[in-house]
Amino acid sequence: MDDRNILEVKNLEVHFEARSGFLNNLLSREVPRIRAVDGVNFNLKKGEILSLAGESGCGKTTTGKAILRLVEPTGGKVYFRGQDLSLLTQKELREFRQQAQIIFQDPYESLNPRQTVFATVAEPLEVNRICDNTKEKEERVARALSDAGLKNPRDYFIRYPHELSGGQRQRIAIASALVLKPKFIVADEPVTMLDLSIRSGILKLMMELRDNKQISYLFITHDLSLAWLISDRIAVMYSGNIVEIGGAEQIIGSPAHPYTKALVSVIPNPERSSGTDRKLLEGEIPDPSSPPRGCKFHPRCSYAQPCCREERPLLREVEKDRFVSCHLV
Amino acid sequence: MSDNRTVLLIKKKFSSFWKTFRQNKTGLIGLGILVLFALMAIIGPYLISYNAASVEEISTILNPPDSEHWLGTDDLGKDVLAGLVRGSRISLLVGITSTIISMLIGAVIGISSGYYGGTIDAILMRLTDVFLVIPWLPLMLVLTAILGANLLNVILVIGITSWASTARIIRSQTLSIKERPFIERARAIGSSNFHIMFSHILPNVFPLIFANTILVTAIAILSETTLSFLGMGDPTRVSWGMMLHFAFEAGATIIGAWWWIIPPGLAVVSVVLGFTFVGNALDEVLNPRLRRRER
Repeated sequence: MDDRNILEVKNLEVHFEARSGFLNNLLSREVPRIRAVDGVNFNLKKGEILSLAGESGCGKTTTGKAILRLVEPTGGKVYFRGQDLSLLTQKELREFRQQAQIIFQDPYESLNPRQTVFATVAEPLEVNRICDNTKEKEERVARALSDAGLKNPRDYFIRYPHELSGGQRQRIAIASALVLKPKFIVADEPVTMLDLSIRSGILKLMMELRDNKQISYLFITHDLSLAWLISDRIAVMYSGNIVEIGGAEQIIGSPAHPYTKALVSVIPNPERSSGTDRKLLEGEIPDPSSPPRGCKFHPRCSYAQPCCREERPLLREVEKDRFVSCHLV
Repeated sequence: MSDNRTVLLIKKKFSSFWKTFRQNKTGLIGLGILVLFALMAIIGPYLISYNAASVEEISTILNPPDSEHWLGTDDLGKDVLAGLVRGSRISLLVGITSTIISMLIGAVIGISSGYYGGTIDAILMRLTDVFLVIPWLPLMLVLTAILGANLLNVILVIGITSWASTARIIRSQTLSIKERPFIERARAIGSSNFHIMFSHILPNVFPLIFANTILVTAIAILSETTLSFLGMGDPTRVSWGMMLHFAFEAGATIIGAWWWIIPPGLAVVSVVLGFTFVGNALDEVLNPRLRRRER
């Protein structure tokens, strides 16, 4: 274990059992397994922002939730500060959750509509019995709210989520994650539901928190340009696997995997002449219960060779800190 | 500072609630009826005496309404109005307390069944099914016959037999609430199952419980009346059902003593109507999807 890493994910797998029909049970047919996350490997350094990018349905959100054990992984290991998360007892799991928090995609749904802002933000303190003193609790809640960029935090105490705008709600959600002073945050598409004008504020806030509080992020997004903007490194996911991982500039500047190339080619770029070199992908993301043989991307890949249909490529280091899983690179 | 905030919060909640409730005409009528009966139950018994006529006053037996006895007298010379007033106490008491029992059972079973799912859900819901399909009137009659007809037993019996539909409704609501992201967030900050059920699911099903409570109270009052009318009520206390029972036994319908039968009957109907009106109005106020568009 490298000291600089806060998180190491090794061969993480989440397979769901598809619900089988009565007839299938009767004939004892094998239950189809949905391979949502199918062997994911990466490290996260302290104070680093790593983006996990990919189409919807590729398993990026499930990966984030499996790391926090909100979804139980079915295989592989996750080490947080050297500790194997699959071996935690209930008590240790609660302690871990004070250090690792999540921000959800939809700020309209992730706050309890019947709790005031104060109750929401103070809840992590109460649940973990961190401070019993009312005054101290108010102090910490106010500080978390102002850390999340809300001015006059005490004015928000008795307001309800429905009285706030989307951006304010997301800041409340961030504050309720910050109040425990976490070291690691999974941000699950934190700005997709917000207006463009509010997005940059939230992103700036997240970057400031990284700089001031040394928080590491796993930033889950489907938007490569957003990943490029905010992160140090980018991991591109396709159908439950990471196909390419490396520095943000490298990935965007010289994508190596054909899938990444296609994604990068459609990022709007004012300097590029309009759309002559865009690669629009055809076909659909494969069915996760029966992925194609060989490279999962080969049915949609314009460079596919015979070997791509037979053998599944592994993630190989092609240059320093740059890994690609493609036979042709 | 903290107390001040709680007061402010309650004020704010109540005023927004009242603003919506006020717009519901039938709800207001129902509330008016209930307030009237509540006042009657609380202060009424101090104003009117309810004593049997003595031997010398034999002429006051089974009198039709006059200036002295506004609603006439019964076969013992007791004032019917006084009986009505006293009966309102028992009817409301039985209705409200048995509803509380029914709601507690229904909420605990509904929430835990919906939240845990799996085997616990299956067991609890089969139990609920049993209580749903059992014909409740015979069950109540049998239970009161076994336990003995006193006030506490009547309350318990009504409470125990009326929770099943509440449990079903709360379970279905719990199923939809537990899938919402704020429950996942609660889990992510390290909350226990009990905490999630108590602080996140309960407040969100509470409006449903509350609106349902009012409707169940109407049914409970009706049940109490039925039990008493069939002679299974507490014979030492006068309730509307008891009055109807004695009137029926004494053949009030045959001798044409309409003043003895109609008032308690009307009282039962209006209280049940009042609770139903308020219950439906609350359902509309607390359940935003049913709310009419603001005019």
